[in-house]
Amino acid sequence: MENDFEPKIVAFVCNWCTYAGADLTGTSRIKYSPNVKIIRFPCTGRIDFMLLLKAFSNGADGVIVSGCHPNDCHYTSGNFHARRRWVVFRTLLDFMGIDINRITFTWVSAAEGAKWAEVVNTTASKIKELGPYEAYRKITNEIWES
Amino acid sequence: MGAINEIAARLLETGEAKVVIGYGEGSFGSVRPAFARNQEEAEKLIYDKRCTQNLAMYVYKKEISPLRKLAIVANVSTLRGIIRLASENQIKNGDIITLYINELGEVIECKALSEIEICLAEITPEIKPEDKELIDKLDAMTPQERWNFWISEMESCIKCYACRQACPLCYCTQCAVEVNQPQWIPVAANTSGNLEWHITRAMHLSGRCVECGQCGEACPVNIPIHLLPIKLAEEIKNIYGTVSGMKIQESNTLSTFKPDDKENFIG
Ligand code: SF4
Ligand code: SF4
Ligand code: FES
Repeated sequence: MENDFEPKIVAFVCNWCTYAGADLTGTSRIKYSPNVKIIRFPCTGRIDFMLLLKAFSNGADGVIVSGCHPNDCHYTSGNFHARRRWVVFRTLLDFMGIDINRITFTWVSAAEGAKWAEVVNTTASKIKELGPYEAYRKITNEIWES
Repeated sequence: MGAINEIAARLLETGEAKVVIGYGEGSFGSVRPAFARNQEEAEKLIYDKRCTQNLAMYVYKKEISPLRKLAIVANVSTLRGIIRLASENQIKNGDIITLYINELGEVIECKALSEIEICLAEITPEIKPEDKELIDKLDAMTPQERWNFWISEMESCIKCYACRQACPLCYCTQCAVEVNQPQWIPVAANTSGNLEWHITRAMHLSGRCVECGQCGEACPVNIPIHLLPIKLAEEIKNIYGTVSGMKIQESNTLSTFKPDDKENFIG
């Protein structure tokens, strides 16, 4: 049976590498999944964990977090700090039963336009498989229903 | 009169401390925090197995901190709380006299923070067996079961913030939960907002939590909320080898990094 679910995916990316990389995907005219909405941040160091939760509570089915490769951060160490934060954050989410398969963490440089397309496509098809994030939606809908 | 009362009386008499923070008899066989400011109050201080509360949370409270120099009766949790607070520049050397009561019931008077470090060097901190058991049980569950467990706990949270108030490390004068521009966490107690609140609290304590369990102890609806920061503390110990509140020079694990830190999930 054809799976016609179109997932909502929010991508939190840093300005200097992944955003530029995604731009290159476009200027190289590489087609990729339209399910992603990109939000640009100065650096992965700025991507607060709360933003990811807000994405889910506002109806996202999946999230991508991406920035400069280690040693390439525009601000030298934002991504090193972010990396530790993600390690801890994933542990916490998993311990609370939040579906960590719905979050893709990756490094995409300004030169990796093709990699960006691939990251989005694989994430989109994975989230398609997983289906809508019903469990999270159930607890957020409750606010509006009560 | 036990050693703790004698020492407290002496410190107050000589003026070395204006207040001694310790434990006193509460009602119905319970123990409560006690603040001795004179001889009479010093006589009422007690110390026994029931004295498990982490008193380090009092040292920066605005009613107490003007009374520095303070003296404080300390169990291991309290020692670790003090050291962590010192790492975060909330306590200066000489602000506080610590009266550590060791396993043998001896009172060790530490005037310098370095003396606390020496006491802690002899101790291998371990989490409570019942906490370990529940963490293992949760780890063995499927993610769906874990979700159901925590969501049902989140449903009963009344957002009273007792967990925050009891924590020696929740000293921010404006907590993220009270920020309303932007409003990160809804004011009302609802399941998803409660989930966001507890994730935020655990994250803000990661690398800092001294595993005293006070947050869970304080919860009026018995949510084992301490398991969240404690799980992260255990994980940080395994991954980065750091233990909060043992050495003053130990920085917050999350505000530092190594270029070759390992992970296995970033593509
Ligand atoms: S166990 Fe709870 S109260 Fe104790 S330091 Fe950790 S978060 Fe704070
Ligand atoms: S003490 Fe318990 S009920 Fe109160 S906010 Fe914390 S978890 Fe919720
Ligand atoms: S600027 Fe890209 S990760 Fe810091």
